[in-house]
This record gives sequence, C-alpha cells and structure tokens, in this order.
Amino acid sequence: MTYLAKPKLHHPSLPKNKVGYTRRDYEGAISTLCAGCGHDSISAAIVQACFELDIEPHRVAKLSGIGCSSKTPTYFLGNSHGFNSVHGRMPSVLTGANLANRDLLYLGVSGDGDSASIGIGQFVHCIRRGVNMVYIVENNGVYGLTKGQFSATADRGSKSKRGAVNADSAVDMVALALQLGATYVARSFSGDKAQLVPLIKGAIEHRGAAFLDVISPCVAFNNHEGSTKSYDYIREHNEAVNRIDFISPRAPITTDYEPGSVQEVLQPDGSVLRLRKLAADYDPHNRIAVMNYLQEHQARGEVVTGLLYVDPEAHDLHAHLNTVAAPLNQLDEAALCPGSKVLEQINASLR
Amino acid sequence: MPKQIQRTNDFVVKFANVNGSGSASANELFAKAILRMGVPVSPRNIFPSNIQGLPTWYEARVSEAGYLGRRGSVDMMVAMNPQTWDQDVKEIEPGGYLFYDSSKPLPQSKFRDDINVIGVPLTEICNREYSDPRQRQLFKNIIYVGVLSALLEIDPAEIEKLFSEQYKGKEKLLASNIKALHMGRDYAQANLTCPSGLRVQRSDKVGKQIFIDGNSAAALGCVYGGATVAAWYPITPSSSLAEAFGRYCSKLRVDKETGENRYAIIQAEDELASVGIVIGAAWNGARAFTATSGPGISLMSEFIGLAYFAEIPAVIIDVQRGGPSTGMPTRTQQSDILACAYASHGDTKHVLLFPEDPNECFQMTASALDLADRLQTPVFVMTDLDIGMNQRLCAPLEWDDARQMDRGKVMTREDLDAGKPFGRYTDVDGDGIPYRTYPGTHPTRGAYFTRGTTKDIHAKYSEDGAVYVYNMQRLLKKFESAKSLVPAPVLRAGDSPSKFGVIYFGSTSPAMDEALDMLAELGIPVDALRVRAFPFNETVDDFIAEHEQVFVVEQNRDAQLHKLLVNECAIERSKLLPVLHFDGTPITARFIVGDIEEKLRLFNVTPIKKVAS
Ligand SMILES: Cc1ncc(C[n+]2csc(CCOP(=O)(O)OP(=O)(O)O)c2C)c(N)n1
Ligand code: SF4
Ligand SMILES: [Mg+2]
Repeated sequence: MTYLAKPKLHHPSLPKNKVGYTRRDYEGAISTLCAGCGHDSISAAIVQACFELDIEPHRVAKLSGIGCSSKTPTYFLGNSHGFNSVHGRMPSVLTGANLANRDLLYLGVSGDGDSASIGIGQFVHCIRRGVNMVYIVENNGVYGLTKGQFSATADRGSKSKRGAVNADSAVDMVALALQLGATYVARSFSGDKAQLVPLIKGAIEHRGAAFLDVISPCVAFNNHEGSTKSYDYIREHNEAVNRIDFISPRAPITTDYEPGSVQEVLQPDGSVLRLRKLAADYDPHNRIAVMNYLQEHQARGEVVTGLLYVDPEAHDLHAHLNTVAAPLNQLDEAALCPGSKVLEQINASLR
Repeated sequence: MPKQIQRTNDFVVKFANVNGSGSASANELFAKAILRMGVPVSPRNIFPSNIQGLPTWYEARVSEAGYLGRRGSVDMMVAMNPQTWDQDVKEIEPGGYLFYDSSKPLPQSKFRDDINVIGVPLTEICNREYSDPRQRQLFKNIIYVGVLSALLEIDPAEIEKLFSEQYKGKEKLLASNIKALHMGRDYAQANLTCPSGLRVQRSDKVGKQIFIDGNSAAALGCVYGGATVAAWYPITPSSSLAEAFGRYCSKLRVDKETGENRYAIIQAEDELASVGIVIGAAWNGARAFTATSGPGISLMSEFIGLAYFAEIPAVIIDVQRGGPSTGMPTRTQQSDILACAYASHGDTKHVLLFPEDPNECFQMTASALDLADRLQTPVFVMTDLDIGMNQRLCAPLEWDDARQMDRGKVMTREDLDAGKPFGRYTDVDGDGIPYRTYPGTHPTRGAYFTRGTTKDIHAKYSEDGAVYVYNMQRLLKKFESAKSLVPAPVLRAGDSPSKFGVIYFGSTSPAMDEALDMLAELGIPVDALRVRAFPFNETVDDFIAEHEQVFVVEQNRDAQLHKLLVNECAIERSKLLPVLHFDGTPITARFIVGDIEEKLRLFNVTPIKKVAS
C-alpha cells in the first residue's frame, strides 16, 4: 500500500487546461488500494479524461456503492462532492441526485459485486430509465474488499486463488446494458489507458445512460493462472473492435486516418467520437448486430473491447419526465408553492 | 313486529358491496349528501383486497355530536353482496334494519326475526328500465341511494346538487342520474314505511370543515412543502398518496409557458430504490419524499441508517397497516412505531410525527420537509390506513403565504467566498446540527465526501475511536435539539383534577375524544395528552409525573408507544398501563372506555353512572 503523502504545492510550470486547472487539481487522496490494483489505473484514467475535457471539478458528483472499487472516488476529483453510499445501491442515489440537479455531471463507480450481485436490480432499472450518467463497473470477477469470493461476473470454469472452480454462468453486464437500452456501451481494460481515456471522455459527453465495463484485475485475489480476469489473460484475449479518439467540440477536426477505416460519430453537444475500426464488420449503431457480434466472439473466448454501441440521439430521464430546464433544487417558494388562494379553492371543492 | 331502533342524526349504516360494482361513488354520494345537510358523517372502507368481485364494505357513522371514530355495531345494513349475506345479517343490532335486493326470493331462514327487513327489487327495476348491463349495475347503486334518501329523510335536493356539480356540462348523465335517484325514492314512498326509525335532520355541525382522505391531504402537504422529487413503490395503503401527489402536481406544478414539470416522480423498482432516490435527491438539495407501508420500511432500513449517520434529509410517510403478506395488511394498525423509531443497524433513532387526521397529514408532511432539512436526518410521518384511505371531516387546510421553506443550515457560494469556515460535521452552533453544502456550490471550497460512519468533523476518512464517539454524541445532541422543533403534545385536561391520565396518538384521536366524554359522564374524569411526535417533548415526562396512573392507548399488540416512553423518558414504568386494540378494525370509544373501566376496577374506582351503549 502506498501511504506517501503527495507534496501539496503545485509546480508552477504544470500545464493548465482551458478552465485553469492543472492535472493535479483532478486528483484525490492517496489511494489505499493494493499496489497494482486495476482500480487505481481507472482512477488515473478518470483524472486524465476530466482534465483533458476541461471539466470544472466541482461540477462533477461522484457516487459509489461499497467495495474496493467503490472506495476509489476518494482517490480522484478531490474537489468534487462524493457519496460512498450502501452496497449495490449507488444507482438509486445517483438517480435521485440527478433528478435534483440536472446541470451536474454524474459519475457512478461500482464493482462487479456491487452491480452484478446485490445491486443488479438497481443497475438494471437506472439503465432502463436512461439516467444521464457515466456508470463505470470496475470488473475484477471477485469481491475484493471481502477477500476474494467469486462475484457474479466470474466466468464459468474460472479458478479462484484457493483452487475452487466457479460452476455458475457469468452475468455479462455489457449484454445486459445493451438489452436494457443503454445508449452508450463500452468495454475496456484498466491496463489499456490509450483505449480507456477516450472511452470515458465519450461517455462524459454522452447525454444519456453511458455504461462502461472495465476489466480491472485484482492483484490480491484474482490475478493467478486459471482466472479469466487477470492481466495476462486479458492481454491475450483482448479483441478490440475499435479505438476511439475523442474530439471536443472546441478542437479543430483533423483527418489523419485512413479513409474507410474511420467512422465519425457526432454527439448532440458537438463532440466527435472518431472510431478507428479494427474489425471491419463492426457497426456500433446497430444494437441487435452488436449483441450478436458480442455473443459470437465471446463464445470463442474473446474479450471484445472498444466502443460497442452508441446512440448519438439519446434522450435522458429528464426528457422522459419533461422536467423544467432549471435544476429542481434551485426552485423557490414562488415556483413550488401554489399559495393560500389555491388552497381555498381546493377546500371549497372538498365540501 | 320486532322493535324498531329510533335514532336521529346518530346511527351507523353499513354497505356490503361487491368490489368493482361502482358502489364506491354511490356510497360517497350518500355520505356527502348527509354532510351537506350539516350533519357530520365518518365513513370507513373495509376492503379485504382490491380484487374485482371480492367483498368490500363501507361503514358510515352519522353523528351530529361530531364523533368521527368508529362506533361499532350496525343500525342499518345495505346488503348488496350475496357472498357475505350471513355475516352481514348477523352484524345488525336487534331492532335494526336490513335493506336488501328482493328481486330473487330468499328462504325465511336467511333472515332474523329481531330485525326489520326492507326488500326492494332493485335488479328487477333496473332490468326493466335499462338494457345495457353496465348501466344496470351503475344505476342500481343510484337507485338504492334514492331508496335510502326516502328511508332516512335525506334531502333529495342535496343529492341533485351533488350530481349537478359532478356532471357539469354532461347534461345527459345528469338527467339519467336524477331519474335513477327518483326511481328509488318513488318506489320507497309507494311501497315502504318512510321514514324508518333512522332519520337525518338538518343541522349546522359541519360548517367550514372539509371532507378529504389523509393520503390526498398528505400529498398536498408535499406540494405545498416544496417537495420536487417523489419516489415510491406501490403498496396498499400508501399508493394513493403518491398517485395524489402526481395528480396535484400535474395541475399545480406545471410551468404555464413551457408546459414543463417542476417535479419528478419515479415509480421505483422497489422500496430500496425509492428511499435511495429520496436520499440522493435530498443530498443534492432537492426536497424529496417517499410514501410506503410496513414492508417498505423493512426494505428501506439499511438506507435509513445511512441517512441517519451521513445526515441526509429524507421524508418517509408510513401509512401503517397490519403486518406482512396480504389480507390483514388491508386493515389498519399503528404497529410500525418501534420499527421506525429505531430503524436500521448501529445506534440509530429517528424523528416521528403522528398526525391525527387529514388536516394534520397536510400540516405535518409540509413540516416534515422543513424538519428533515433543519435536522438533516430522516423524518417519518406515521399515518395509517384509517386516516390515509378514508375520507374524514376535518378543519380546512390553511397556508400562510409568508411561510418560507426552512432549508436548514446550508452554506452558499457567498458564505464560502466570504471565508466562512466549513467542516461538514462540525458542531458550530452547539445544537448538534452541522452545516452542509450542495454539490456544485463552489470551485474550490465546501466539497466533501459523504460516507456512513467513518469520518471526522471535516468528513475526512477516519477510523479513530474518539472521532467516532464524538460524532455519535453529537448526533444525540441533535436528537435533543429535535425535541423543541417537533410538534408539541396537545393537552386536554379533564373537567376536574384527576389522578388518571391517558396518552394517545394518531388515528386514535376521534375515538379518544368520544371516550373522554363518555368517561366524564361516568364520573371518571381523565386528563389526556395527545403525543404528536418522537422524540418526546418534556411535557410528556411532566404529564406522566403528574398522574398516578397513565393509560397508553394504541392500536398494536406490543404496546409500542408505551415501550418507547419507557425507553426514552425518565419515568416509572409501573405508572403506565397499556390499552391495546389490534384486530385490524379502527379502535372505538366503546373499546377504550370498556378497557379503562376494567383496569380501574383494579384501583377500586367504580363508575357512578352506567354508559348507555
Ligand atoms: C448489505 C451488505 N452486505 C455485504 C457487505 C459486505 N461487502 C462489502 S464490499 C462487498 C463486495 C464488493 O465486491 P465488488 O463490488 O466487486 O468490489 P471490489 O472490492 O471487488 O472492487 C461485500 C460483499 C456490505 N457492505 N453490505
Ligand atoms: S483486494 Fe483486489 S480489488 Fe481490492 S484493492 Fe486489492 S487488488 Fe484491488
Ligand atoms: Mg469486484
């Protein structure tokens, strides 16, 4: 574990982004996770994505459940409000928070135990509702915090550190998210920063339910031979269907890719996701085709990564509920309370 | 000839109906017509289940004296459900009346010879008049209201006026309803002895009072109190509260220019999610509530503890019912008191409010939103099926337009810019209540991390025992502060000094009012204290101290309020005597008086007069 305190003072020459923050301003407290834990790499990717996207840290609300993965919001975005809620229930808390103030950016961080076991119901329903959020599952196939029991995403036949073999079939969160109507679905690997950072950026800019399944090896309990969530296993079986570059609406669009292998996805906010296609037959806009593709490739033992599905015209929960543009938490008495005259009319109708 | 009960403005009519037959609106019409004549009525729905075709009852007590509690026993049964005939006939008081549909002859053995039987061939009349089966069904109900208006001397003009309000602009419907009403009246006047021994006589005891169910009133309290987020999962008897909130919001909370909503309602996947949504919304500065019943409280427990420890406002309206599963749960009880007072794990206790009627449902839900923000903690509004799902006569709802939402201790961007120090769990004011910030307030100050137990006064992660103890003590101090913020108990002193006291709360109120009058008449003056909130105000301790014996009247088996008093007040346990009613029917004055009389015998107190039943 690393307990070394970071120096507080910023180096004056650290580069600043457009909103005047350095990369360090997006960091949090020192991680107390195991050295080498995949989760820390995901935190670093979140820091980089937010820095590069020029997001003001205080405009982000980070929410989590319980688990090693759910502890990570302490380790990034130290100037954002955070909420370490209860095991498996981050989605409902995030949904409520989002309803209260639609203007903030909601980052939900969870684990495979948190989201695929105890919290699978809440996961399902917040995706169904199209809550505008980035939902990241840091997927290690085990319960890290409670010391290595199998989680529901552990593949059938995979072996625990103590040698037990998992006989249950795995919950595939990507397949679930697709089926439930998530409008941005990606899978990546904590060890692949080049792929992960742009995927997070794309998810942040997406207006709707964005789900990222990030395979994140647990070095303490699930990084051995026989595990299908170890660094080695994922490096060997990773089938990236595309690499994306995230182009902010403010940046000039340059074309330095081979035509034919590049596809551009324009999001409603003007940002562009430039997909470098690695699998020629992959179309991330056709939900059914995506589901089939994933099933076929997974049956071959491949772990498909990349931007798997995106609907650039997504609507979110606020659109479904037709709520006012102003955040609900800012409405005052005049906007909310109908007053005594109306109450007298109501009384009169009750006599 | 059996004797005939003679009562004016003081009797009980019970309707035995089949669910889904359209009887509910006819029965309400009956009650409202009597109210319009200035005579108080308190109706109660008894519905073993909401399934179409199964039995339901509607018991209306007419009481000029204004006693709105359930009386017990029946003076007239309107027996419209063959399935429950035997049971319904049995319930009638000797000398009472049985009104039934005589279209099909029934054997003599189906009747009793100590009651007065009034047969009207309702089906026959309907079949003759209407060909459409739906019309036959609906107008049959109106025809029986017509018959009753003749039997009980209800002014038909009042019923017609109610029709014309209901069917404004729908002249055809209006005319056909009036016709059906008179068909019933004409039949009764031609063939029956009218009036019967039961009569309604115009009076002036209703005045400005309104007739509303507690769930609707509570929903209005949420609208007026500024709730913008509601999350719920359907459960009887609370569902109609969330539904009423939606109905009122769609009228009162839509932006006129844009057509957009100033509210968000989520029918969640379960109660865990409902309360999670409420907590998330309140953490983020919106006023939020959920409505549920006992089973929902059990599911919410873990989250309730989190909100207590993390100090997040949440309003939970518990419309109590009888226990798990189905069946009894569609009956009323006050049996979630302990479950809510100490809900969750670790050391927790919560603020409870006990409304007595719809008017207080309105007031207390609005106050609960203020209290939750002020105290940064879950606040429970403990209603029950009896108040929640029955229309009840009560004082008109009032709102002071100068009233502002009390958002509690929230630091703004301006406060932070002005350099006010911020420590999320610091007791700055000495009342145990810390300051909070909403997410997104300030670019560099005021952000904090919310977690359950393990944090210091600056919300930094800490597993230090001393830090934990400090925080837990502060939460106790906050609970002390709550005592003076919650609604105070209401004292009703007896006419003469008494060594006996009675403590009661919530929906027991109308039965208790009547019981106190009955006890006074018996020569047993009793002082009464209606508790309106937990934590208990000091006056509760004082009241117990001032009396030799104090009865604690409640509608549950385990004497839950009694236990809470023993647990939380510095009092002698032996002074408190539980009076417990928990068979699923609303408590009656007769029950209370009977039980208290019996207990008093142990103290050698004998009534000087006998109660007339
Ligand atoms: C209601 C409840 N049950 C059990 C636990 C214990 N618990 C804490 S974390 C955890 C599993 C976490 O697994 P995962 O979400 O995969 O996170 P990881 O530690 O692997 O990142 C469990 C079972 C709890 N906190 N709450
Ligand atoms: S136990 Fe596993 S998941 Fe938890 S911090 Fe260590 S490596 Fe990461
Ligand atoms: Mg895990």
